[in-house]
Amino acid sequence: MAVIGRTEDGVRSSPVASALVWLAGIAREYGSLVLVLICWELVARLSLVPPYLMPPFNEVLVRIWAEIGDGTLWVNLLDTLRRTLVGFGIAVVAGVAIGLLLARSSTAEWLVGPLVSIGFPLPKIVFLPIFILWFGVYDTSKVIMIVCDAIFPVITATVAGAQGVERQIIWSARNLGAGERDLLWTIILPAAAPQILSGIEVSLPIALIVAVITEMMLGGTGIGAAMMESWRFAESTGVFAGLLELSIIGFLLIRSMNALRRRLLRWHAEAQADLV
Amino acid sequence: MITRLKSCLGLLLLMLLWEIAPRVGLVRMDILPPLSRIFIAWLGLASSGELWTHGVISLFRAFSGAAIAIVVGTVLGVAMAASAPVRIFFRPLMEALYPIPKSALIPITALWLGLGNASQITLIALGCILPVAVGAYNGARGCERVLIWSGRALGAGKMRTLVDIVVPSALPELLSGIRTALALCLVLLVSSELIVSKNGLGYLIGFLGGSGIYDAMFAAVLTIAIFGLIVDRLFLRYIRWVLSWQ
Repeated sequence: MAVIGRTEDGVRSSPVASALVWLAGIAREYGSLVLVLICWELVARLSLVPPYLMPPFNEVLVRIWAEIGDGTLWVNLLDTLRRTLVGFGIAVVAGVAIGLLLARSSTAEWLVGPLVSIGFPLPKIVFLPIFILWFGVYDTSKVIMIVCDAIFPVITATVAGAQGVERQIIWSARNLGAGERDLLWTIILPAAAPQILSGIEVSLPIALIVAVITEMMLGGTGIGAAMMESWRFAESTGVFAGLLELSIIGFLLIRSMNALRRRLLRWHAEAQADLV
Repeated sequence: MITRLKSCLGLLLLMLLWEIAPRVGLVRMDILPPLSRIFIAWLGLASSGELWTHGVISLFRAFSGAAIAIVVGTVLGVAMAASAPVRIFFRPLMEALYPIPKSALIPITALWLGLGNASQITLIALGCILPVAVGAYNGARGCERVLIWSGRALGAGKMRTLVDIVVPSALPELLSGIRTALALCLVLLVSSELIVSKNGLGYLIGFLGGSGIYDAMFAAVLTIAIFGLIVDRLFLRYIRWVLSWQ
């Protein structure tokens, strides 16, 4: 990005003016966030609320720094990420497969369709105690719970996407001699990709939410478990450090998902719209 | 009638399998009690009153939390769409808070307010405001300018325009935001009751599971699951009814 830019009239603007514009942009973009963080720090420093309820922001940062130093952050972070991504990955692959099956086969639709439409709005987290009973308190239960919650948006988006493919395209492909297999890989999947990706975008935050809940309930390692442990020992800086760490993870996951979507759909009208 | 039955076949088969598999010894009886035993356990829970006392507590929490979230979220979203200063202040905050996994708030509200109603209601309200606000904001932003100008020309004040024109035209997105919030509300309610609570249906499930009374635990689990399903279906019907002018 050029620091000295041209204004819209094509007149070269002075570096000072463009720097001011840039600063104003930043202030507009992040000003209130910085303001809230400063308020947080002030409220905590002036002891307007007990530090136990609201530790100062910089102490939370110090705590995170300490966790980085002794390595606990990496252990917990990697565990939480691993569970989230494994569960999410299984949910995506299985969800797209089930969705395509439902869209292409009337027998599957007839047998499994009602189960999906009942399963989607169910608060599935309530089955966690049953999974604990069946699979124990280790990663198996956690990952299965994540899959159960994250799979439904993918299935319904895939079904909607695959059923929305224009008939003419399918007929043309059939006419040119495409088998069911070619049809699936070269026509239906690419045509349904935008909707499938929207479903996947919904299911990624769900996977993270559920991963944190399972860690809080089942203990062990992971950021959720670490937060609960800090809560039990009334270490509020630890709890807030966990919240901040999880926010950053969530932010990065959503950002990378958006980037992936743009990359995968480069050929699609949706991605080319901003260029005009 | 027959087509309805046919469409439920998958579900009926599953229920039949659930009844038969433990009875013939395919899975252990204590790990998956047959449906009929679960139903008997449900009757027991219902007649002892446990289901109702815990259920009323959970319902109260879910309802108050969701109501606060819907009111605050709608006002916030519409205000953001209508006024630039509000937008400039809240948009960055919303973008920063949106990616936080809402379940991370469970220990925070427990830290602030302890184990009682206040803590769970705050959790649900905080967790559910964002989906409502985002829906209201996107809906209100998409309101046609021409409609607002016509309203203004006919003499409607700023408040009248907002209430009579902007909010109704934002309804489709607002309602789908509320639907997301309701689903999230039940998830937060149950998981926080399971993790940090001394009463409520989530606590009942944890308690029954911990004491090894598995058929009653399955009964309580199914109660919440079916309740969630019914709430979602009713709300969907309500959305169709409200939006029937579309």
